[in-house]
Amino acid sequence: MPNPVAEAVAETGKPRARPRREVIRRHSWPVRLTHWINALTIFIMVGSGLNIFNAHPRLYWGQAGANFDKPFLALHAWPDWITIPSYTDLADARHWHIFFAWILVANGALYLAWSLGSRHIQRDLWPGVSDLRDIPRSIIDHIKLRHPKGEAAKRYNVLQRLAYLGLLALLIGMVLTGLCMSPGFDAFAPWLVDAFGGRQSARTLHFLFASAIVLFIVVHLIEVVLAGPINELRSMITGRYAVPGEHD
Amino acid sequence: MTIITRRQALITSLAGSGLLLSGCSKIFQADALTESASFQRVLAAAQSWTRATQRFLLAGGQMAQQYKPSDISPYFKPNGTYNPGGADYNRQVAEGFVNWRLQIDGMVAHPLSLSVAELRRLPSRSQITRHDCVEGWSAIGGWTGVPLALLLQAAGLRAGAKYVVFYCADNLDGDPDKGGDQAPGRYYESIGLADATHPQTIIAYDMNGKPLDVAHGAPLRLRVERQLGYKMAKYVHHIQVVSDFSGIEGGHGGYWEDRGYDWYAGI
Repeated sequence: MPNPVAEAVAETGKPRARPRREVIRRHSWPVRLTHWINALTIFIMVGSGLNIFNAHPRLYWGQAGANFDKPFLALHAWPDWITIPSYTDLADARHWHIFFAWILVANGALYLAWSLGSRHIQRDLWPGVSDLRDIPRSIIDHIKLRHPKGEAAKRYNVLQRLAYLGLLALLIGMVLTGLCMSPGFDAFAPWLVDAFGGRQSARTLHFLFASAIVLFIVVHLIEVVLAGPINELRSMITGRYAVPGEHD
Repeated sequence: MTIITRRQALITSLAGSGLLLSGCSKIFQADALTESASFQRVLAAAQSWTRATQRFLLAGGQMAQQYKPSDISPYFKPNGTYNPGGADYNRQVAEGFVNWRLQIDGMVAHPLSLSVAELRRLPSRSQITRHDCVEGWSAIGGWTGVPLALLLQAAGLRAGAKYVVFYCADNLDGDPDKGGDQAPGRYYESIGLADATHPQTIIAYDMNGKPLDVAHGAPLRLRVERQLGYKMAKYVHHIQVVSDFSGIEGGHGGYWEDRGYDWYAGI
């Protein structure tokens, strides 16, 4: 009986096993923990936010705006199945939204404190000059769905850096525009309301920022699947990430 | 190793994100949680966090934003009751509210009963402010009225006074002729002393330079500028100072509060 392994050994002098991929620790535990809390929280914030939005599905620009004023954007109510809870209930939706807003802020504050303190943001997210020069090539790579391999896969590419920083900016924008809808907070920081162009502008921006975050999530999930969902998910759960080899 | 084609990957991730973003309440059990009393208690904790934080941030008695006459909304959306109706109220409207009395009692040293004309002779305050409805819209209006602090001072708060309750002439649930403060569906509201004694908290009788119209709460309405619109009771005829509102109506301190909305409406 021919033995293929023996033949292979005979041929090359050593077993031709598939080279093991290098496994690195990609995400630190604070990033993993805050990532999943953030994911759950944003999911609830979007769902309950759309329920609240349905109470008055029109957006205005300026300090004031109601039914008889010219809208910036007049939309229809979102279907109930997309909202939390899955029936129109402004009081309950506000309970969900405001509770999880506190979670979002607390989780975001922990993330920021850790990421700035450990220099995660400065080191891993903030793009350097060489990163910025790399933008055109990185765009082409992304369009061709070509993912970095080897050493390049161990660090975030420039579009990833910009996307994550952008998400961070959007989340801060969500918190600030959200606060500007609170009449109590507005008495404390009227300058912030005015900086956003008024309470109704803040509400409009809150909706637009949320839309941008939803767009981010869609692209993020597509990228996770394209880059290898098992490996990517594992890296965000256990931290262990198998670096794609140069010849994979 | 599983090989995933680009098409498969795109479909999987789109479906995945659709599921994630949809808030699929069935899968996530959001409705079951919403209906669970213990989960509601967890969510309700946020109300006390918000209130404590805003009480701290607003300890300096900060004023709500005020605007220029040119900022006044061309049409100020009325909400809730547009006209209380009923025999009593209709008669008051016909009479020009000359027989309307504002009664102030409860935990006060000197209960008061004032007519609208008497209120108009007291020191007044005018302010152009933004009205923020819990539904999301805002309107800017000019208000003139008596600072509530002045009325409470005149009545003299007794020790233990904590809340000010406002009883209204409108019945949002229907029959306006079902009289009495305790009739089901009667609008009422309550605020804490910090907001009750704030300089911008007034019992307004004028809106945009004219006596309040019926849709906006004639002849008297409350303005609590650092809270949402549902706190700003219209058609007010009775102010009661209490130490506790759990025995009033549904026990949650207001018409909408009895129907699930937060008592503290600074957010």
